[in-house]
Amino acid sequence: MLERIYRAQKVMDDACKRLGRQINIMEVCGTHTVSIFRTGIRSTLHDNLKLLSGPGCPVCVTDQSYIDIVLQLAERRDVLIATYGDMVRVPGKTGSLETKQPHSNVKVVLSSEDALQLAKDNRGKTVVFVAIGFETTAPSTAVVVKQAAAEGVDNFCILSGHKLVVPAMRALVSEKNHNIDAFLCPGHVSVIIGYRAFAEIAERFDRPCVVAGFEPMQIIEGLGEICRQLAAGEAEIKSVYTAVVTEQGNPTAQKIINECFEPVDGYWRGLGKIQESTLRLRDKYGRFDALKRFEITEAPAEDSTGCRCGEVLCGLIEPPECALFEKSCTPQSPVGPCMVSSEGTCAAWFKYGRTRNTKQ
Amino acid sequence: MNRGKHDTILLAHGGGGQLSDELIRRHILPGINNDTLAELADSAKLDLASKSVCFTTDSYVVKPLFFNGGDIGKLAVCGTVNDLAVAGSRPVALSLSLLIEEGFEFELFEKILGSIGKAAKENRVNIVAGDTKTVEAGALDKIFINTAGIGIRLAGVDLGFDKIEVGDRIIINGSIGDHGMTIISQREGIKFESQLRSDCAGLAELTCQLLENTRGIKFMRDPTRGGLAATLNEISRGSGHSIEIREADIPVKPCVQAAADMLGFDVITIANEGKFVAIVSPEAAEGCLNICRRHTLGREAGIIGEVVQTRDVPIVEMTTKIGGRRIVQMPYGRELPRIC
Repeated sequence: MLERIYRAQKVMDDACKRLGRQINIMEVCGTHTVSIFRTGIRSTLHDNLKLLSGPGCPVCVTDQSYIDIVLQLAERRDVLIATYGDMVRVPGKTGSLETKQPHSNVKVVLSSEDALQLAKDNRGKTVVFVAIGFETTAPSTAVVVKQAAAEGVDNFCILSGHKLVVPAMRALVSEKNHNIDAFLCPGHVSVIIGYRAFAEIAERFDRPCVVAGFEPMQIIEGLGEICRQLAAGEAEIKSVYTAVVTEQGNPTAQKIINECFEPVDGYWRGLGKIQESTLRLRDKYGRFDALKRFEITEAPAEDSTGCRCGEVLCGLIEPPECALFEKSCTPQSPVGPCMVSSEGTCAAWFKYGRTRNTKQ
Repeated sequence: MNRGKHDTILLAHGGGGQLSDELIRRHILPGINNDTLAELADSAKLDLASKSVCFTTDSYVVKPLFFNGGDIGKLAVCGTVNDLAVAGSRPVALSLSLLIEEGFEFELFEKILGSIGKAAKENRVNIVAGDTKTVEAGALDKIFINTAGIGIRLAGVDLGFDKIEVGDRIIINGSIGDHGMTIISQREGIKFESQLRSDCAGLAELTCQLLENTRGIKFMRDPTRGGLAATLNEISRGSGHSIEIREADIPVKPCVQAAADMLGFDVITIANEGKFVAIVSPEAAEGCLNICRRHTLGREAGIIGEVVQTRDVPIVEMTTKIGGRRIVQMPYGRELPRIC
């Protein structure tokens, strides 16, 4: 293993020397972010190679207005909220599910199937599934919506916060941060959408897009491939996660997403409105849409906390540059969502990144 | 066992009357009885072999009550035994305090008492004093247990942060994260839990063998809540020295690593219930490993790092498998399973 690592490192070092400038590579997957920190990859890189942690954590990119709607629904006595664990601490305007709501009203689930089961077990209440995540979790949400329709589980609905990765990458390179040289593309998402999905970013914006798995070896090889392309003046789509990621992805999962959802303009925490970047249930399944069922009109909320998660998510600043980091914003009492999820950039910095100079 | 006319524990079982007496004599004593306890006196009278003792207490509220590799009863004995063991003593006596929710099934209660008796026997400690309280339904979740324990300090053994020196080796007696990932997986209802098994075990026999047969052990601690990360940080802060560990040398079972990866946990922060970390002089390290490896609870023992000079503030640093370096922080509390 070490030999392959040294080889990739040599490619990176050569590219850095050849280009003679800082190279900025953004990863857009929270699991990559954590793996990079946990395995100390940064400490092994050339000084000119900088890794930026992009909007890869679904909790972090969820807009505050979405949290506020969840909090609003959780106040109702006729509702049970089914949510993934890391959403319970995300602050909205008036608190979080953990601090504000009686716990009996909020159930942490590990899967969409658990949420549907909760509805079957509690027929007297409406179960609202807090459906967040990228293309990785969207298929499993779609499956349970179809199942609820087929089985007539009418006390089940979802609040869709599902987001699409490629529109965010497009927004980043076209508007938000022109200094991104290349993307280390997410492994899990690519299993579903296939690495062909990043062609637009590579071809139109001239940025190498390389899919990698989560083992440190694969990440380093992915970074090596990106550096090779940059040094050679190329911008291609490639996967070094060949065991599971194909060019076309998983057509069955794509089909079920398309069958249940349609892409609409949506708000991202810190990135604002991005065209066709959020998934909404199609009219056919409209009765399972919590917004329709409870007649809620969504209004994007202004972030007034002074938290700079938005700039962190765009790779414009590193967490320690935010005045709140480690001071009023810690994992115990997060101000911004990047500090909440274990995959959030700020949480990863807090946990692993606060080092003295760790270069050997 | 004949439970009389009740299948569940009633509030009246804690009322001090006939039902209380029946609960104690019929359901509690049989599994754990000994001469001292049998007197059912207000206090246990103990004739100890030494005036120098260790004394500790701990409460057990684990959910689920029964898990692969143990239950709350076994944990309540082993946990307190281990606290006495790593302080350099031989555990001799425990107290047992049971707080029971009204409506708790006798069948489960007896199973737990059976585990307590078995664990006490295996660890050669007597339960010499006890108390039972019952509370209204909803006032607590099924059963909580408190045990306190006394251990006789081993002659010539004096462990402490102040003994730790630069160059000392860090030894662990086996794989980390087994208990915590078993509990978390069972609690979260993850389907692969069958492979996971808590390491819950009493360590006194092994620690006594080590302390009696080697010189050079400076400090011991059992890495329970907060895992290896918390214990190493405590040792670093307490001694004022920094610690360097090597990820490649820390034993982790593949199924534990897989469960931790899936849920987004760092295995180094996950609880153990049958492990100790020992800080030993370089000369004593091999001897300690040999003793460990001959014992069932130390087969996978290894040296995972060293105590090093502190440059500015005491920290714990890890060299990762790929040769990167990172700081191992004190864990900050309850972690939440991630979404994908």
